Amino acid sequence: MAKHTLSVTVENRPGVLTKVATLFRRRGYNIDSLTVGRTESPDISRMTIVVEGDDRIIEQVNKQLHKLVEVIKIIDITQEKAVERELSMFKVRADNTVRAEIVQIVDIFRARIVDIGKNSLIIEVTGDENKIDAIEESLRPFGIIEMVRTGKVAMVRGNK
Amino acid sequence: MKLRGADILLRCLQAEGVEVVFGYPGGQAITIYDALYNSPLKHVLVRHEQGAAHAADGYARVTGKTGVCIATSGPGATNLVTGIANAYMDSIPMVVITGQVPTHMIGRDAFQEADITGIVMPITKHSFLVERTEDVAQVVKEAFYIANTNRPGPVLIDLPKDTMEREIEFDGPAKEMNIRGYRVLKGYNTGQVLTAADLINSARRPVIYAGGGVVASNAADELLAVAEKMQIPVTTTLMGMGAFSGYHHLYLGMLGMHGTRYANYAIGECDVLLAIGVRFDDRVTGKIAEFAPHAKVIHMDIDAAEIGKNVCVDVPIVGDVKEILQGLLPRLVPAGNLREWHETIERWKDENPLSYAGSVEGRIPPQHIIEKISDLTNGEAIITTEVGQHQMWASHYYKFRHPRSFVTSGGLGTMGFGFPAAIGAKVARPDLPVIDIAGDGSIQMNIQELGTAVQHKLPVIICILNNQYLGMVRQWQTLFYGERYSHTDMTCQPDFVKLAEAYGAVGMRVKCIEEVDEALQKALQVTDGPVIIDFWVDRNTNVYPMVPPGEALNNMLGGEVDG
Repeated sequence: MAKHTLSVTVENRPGVLTKVATLFRRRGYNIDSLTVGRTESPDISRMTIVVEGDDRIIEQVNKQLHKLVEVIKIIDITQEKAVERELSMFKVRADNTVRAEIVQIVDIFRARIVDIGKNSLIIEVTGDENKIDAIEESLRPFGIIEMVRTGKVAMVRGNK
Repeated sequence: MKLRGADILLRCLQAEGVEVVFGYPGGQAITIYDALYNSPLKHVLVRHEQGAAHAADGYARVTGKTGVCIATSGPGATNLVTGIANAYMDSIPMVVITGQVPTHMIGRDAFQEADITGIVMPITKHSFLVERTEDVAQVVKEAFYIANTNRPGPVLIDLPKDTMEREIEFDGPAKEMNIRGYRVLKGYNTGQVLTAADLINSARRPVIYAGGGVVASNAADELLAVAEKMQIPVTTTLMGMGAFSGYHHLYLGMLGMHGTRYANYAIGECDVLLAIGVRFDDRVTGKIAEFAPHAKVIHMDIDAAEIGKNVCVDVPIVGDVKEILQGLLPRLVPAGNLREWHETIERWKDENPLSYAGSVEGRIPPQHIIEKISDLTNGEAIITTEVGQHQMWASHYYKFRHPRSFVTSGGLGTMGFGFPAAIGAKVARPDLPVIDIAGDGSIQMNIQELGTAVQHKLPVIICILNNQYLGMVRQWQTLFYGERYSHTDMTCQPDFVKLAEAYGAVGMRVKCIEEVDEALQKALQVTDGPVIIDFWVDRNTNVYPMVPPGEALNNMLGGEVDG
């Protein structure tokens, strides 16, 4: 089943996130990730929802979301030319013997080291899903102590 | 002019055309009730908040207007929940007003505080928690707009007490609206209508499957025009009863789990299915993969989310079905080639009419009572029902002539709905007989509303088809659970005649078939209060035909000749 990224603009009001979440729960749709934040207008928020499902499910998600009065606009950016980003942080086991090697990986992925502990490093990386999956794979052999991913945010590209 | 929030609320309700509200006071709603004290709005005091919600629902169904109910915070509000869910499932326009603890107390578990906007989230079209008196007028305007446009539904307004108490300068109800996430659907895709017309014009075995959307859209005339022009047989869902006259030669009765044999056969054989204002509910379709297997399906509905939700359709048309049918009609050209199809259907009708045996247990066949009611009222009464066997018999044996004359809980299947809904219907239409066809189980769920009907002198007739069982569940136990009658025997029940009399209502008991007619005649003469008729019906009668749950529509049990 394909993953779809929906960019949903909503009224920035209390309860809207709950409504969207309730809708997904009630209809049995699977949320892969959901991010929400303010936009350029303070009374509008943008949700980026990654949802897994076949075409019929995605169509239903779209239509059901549209019925929420607080939902202003929905774009399925899977179909659009869009920039997608996710930020994640990894706390990796790193003693002196492997630090150099890790720094190399960090460079390759254009990630950053944002904290150095006695036996660990925190690495911050921004990119699309594939890139983050790739760095995760590369870091795994060293031992990932903790990992956090923000979920995807996305924006449709401007007209060229 | 300086006014309290509560006074502003009532003035705005009036501006929306509200004439009557159904409700029950309480601590946090007391300011609203204080304002009602000298308001021209009529208030019907119920005995339980659930009754208020169902009464507002019944009022809305028979008028097409938005029904309004009021309750206090906490338990008052939560008692409305079943009524709200019921209206939501059947797409009934309703504005629900609840009192709430003062804004500064919200979230502190104050006395009689409940997060009602949170609770009703999945069962309302929208809800508002008003935080400032200044917002009252705007919110009322938007609530009515949302409730009664597009696919209708219930909208809740939660009003903290301080917003009702505070006085502000009031310069009239809101005029403008700006809900950017909500647009009223106008028009439809004309190309799709042309495609639909081509399909219908070339169909050899067409069927119309009409539902509650036809009633909601006031499209019964358009439906009739299309059916008659093309001579297409029409079957209706439970929610669509009355959208097409039960006396019409093209009428097939209801389809689905308890549909007529001929309606279900017609669905099985049709080559074009015109689905109008319906949602392909499981009680209608049975096994969905085998529903209308040979048909190209045209689906018209106001709610885009209904298209493709349960079945894939060939020609979806989103829009108001009245408008769509008006657009479709001139494009239809009768080819006059349906004779074979009509003959087949007539044969099915002759071979498998709805029928029932005479009394087998020396009591009354329940179906007979409904036939009598239908004859005596000439199909012109408003019929409400509770939920269960009696509801299905009502849909089989009452011949409705008009839309908005059958008030029944279709989607949620709420026992206890029919009587309070009948109260709402009678308030709306005092000129028509209003009859609640009830079971002995269901009627006990909101029997307290006898007090309401007596107080307001509402001559609602309650016909209890008393088989001393929770009959529909008992039927399933007979058919599918090896006759293990787990907790469906209701032999222990009140004396309904005495109960009616205790409330100051009229009570009658009818034990044999010969007395049915006279009792009904007598009840129809009563003008100043409710009547209960306790009909003792055969205990073990089942509703047939029946499609077992999950089976295809042509696998019907019972209902053959002499069945």
